[in-house]
Amino acid sequence: MSVPPTPNWSALREDFPILQQQVHGKPLVYFDNAATSQKPRSVIRSLVHYYEHDNANVHRGIHELSNRSTGAFEAARARTAKFINAGSADEIIFTRGTTESINLVANTWGTKNLKAGDVILLTELEHHSNLVPWQMLAQRTGAKLAYVPVTGDEGLLDLSQLDALLTPQVKLFAMVHISNSMGTVNPVAEMCARARARGITTLVDGAQSAGHLPVDVAAIGCDFFAFSGHKICGPTGIGVLWGRPEVLDGMPPWQGGGEMILSVGYHHTDYKHAPHRFEAGTPDISGPIGLHAAMDYLDAIGRENIWRHDQDLAAYTYEQLAALDNIRLFGPKSGRAGLVSFLLKDVHAHDVVTLADQAGVALRGGHHCTQPLMHKLGVESTARASFYFYNTRAEVDRCVEVVREIQKFFGG
Amino acid sequence: MFEDLNDLYQQVILDHCKKPRNFREMPQCSCTAQGRNPLCGDQLQLFLAMEGDTVRDASFVGSGCCISKASASLLTEYARGKTRAEIETMFSQVHEMIKTGKVIGDVGKLAVFAGVYKYPARVKCAILSWHALMSALKGDQQPVSTESEQN
Repeated sequence: MSVPPTPNWSALREDFPILQQQVHGKPLVYFDNAATSQKPRSVIRSLVHYYEHDNANVHRGIHELSNRSTGAFEAARARTAKFINAGSADEIIFTRGTTESINLVANTWGTKNLKAGDVILLTELEHHSNLVPWQMLAQRTGAKLAYVPVTGDEGLLDLSQLDALLTPQVKLFAMVHISNSMGTVNPVAEMCARARARGITTLVDGAQSAGHLPVDVAAIGCDFFAFSGHKICGPTGIGVLWGRPEVLDGMPPWQGGGEMILSVGYHHTDYKHAPHRFEAGTPDISGPIGLHAAMDYLDAIGRENIWRHDQDLAAYTYEQLAALDNIRLFGPKSGRAGLVSFLLKDVHAHDVVTLADQAGVALRGGHHCTQPLMHKLGVESTARASFYFYNTRAEVDRCVEVVREIQKFFGG
Repeated sequence: MFEDLNDLYQQVILDHCKKPRNFREMPQCSCTAQGRNPLCGDQLQLFLAMEGDTVRDASFVGSGCCISKASASLLTEYARGKTRAEIETMFSQVHEMIKTGKVIGDVGKLAVFAGVYKYPARVKCAILSWHALMSALKGDQQPVSTESEQN
């Protein structure tokens, strides 16, 4: 696929009605994109169009509206396959989000394949969504958890230990692609290759990567890839699980109900193949339709372009903040994804966020659903600025000015 | 830049957050209770030394945001010399004030928290130590949290 030319970034802002507002009397600077992205008009319109023209239940209908909604729903599945270079639409399972995608794998693949004494390998960077489902699975099956360690405030994995950690007991290696609290970009293709060489199944949590850089599941070489629609300009409530077809085929269903069956008797049911086997009940139909519009929007900009823009803003922010006194910065010094986590000396992250909000700057403060990592780094929380393609260097300047004022406010 | 925030971060609050009073453990306490807001990461432990029905000494340790630290600090100052009944009355006055901004009766220095209600996300920070205080007086063993309820 050819890369679109460098876009006019500030013109793209016009596509986002929500960005054209003032908060507490100041122009909104939305720097909470790692939590959720904003939605362009084309995505919002796709939802309105669906409900105003095509709304009907999918798959079982004979009538015109049902044909239309089924067509749009399945077209979104094919579009999603293309978005991550999957082999076929049948490899795409729609879920509520990354969290549900990972829970699906834990509850189906995990329950079938793990037993007492097996090891699930994770990294110390994981979001709770790629940690708690595995803890629950370990409790059910007697499997154990092991972690690839993080080296320190830079949030880099110590991959020199990886080969030693990939023991014969390891059945699954689940890893985050981009850390939501540190901004680390993990070399997932290399990590998966080392695991696969030992016959270990791999899962990549792509919640922070999918809409920010080109994702090619074939090139990554993982067995599962999970991501959310709402972080990539799509609606909330829609997520994706991609699975390697031979792995999906061997997985038992998770939730039972309509849609996922071939035939049902009072004492026996035959199930459909993937993906429908894993989509019991009436699905979120508008979600995939909105996600389809979002993927079209992002690829018109070009994810190579988005990634370059993200990295530029992050590097610029890091450089500006590093020039301040009494600040502790987290994440890699170079090559970081589009976010910067920091702590001001003697000012709690929640106070930073409350003050920044008054200046119109939306940050996030807290443990970012990475409590074990925060604990390891000896902090309770950090303040985080996270970017997307509609953010600008001028907004970063404003944010840094606000951080300086916050230091003054608490410093006197 | 932050003039509007003066009703949240009043000088007294800033002072108590930077230099919390009675910030120490109390090994000989009569009762103690923990307050924890895991989403925020705020956590504190409150200690009371009782003489009959009266608080002779109060102290706390822990970590958290400016509002939660200042609230705990001012609370320990207030509680000294107060009876259980006086504290229960003050709890409902302070609770109402933090939630709604309405000051009922004389709350003394604690009136600095009357502006918190304008910042719904921060109400739980201001009220945490007060729930811990009530918990300590009741002798509850479980840590209290103000994140799950609509305080």
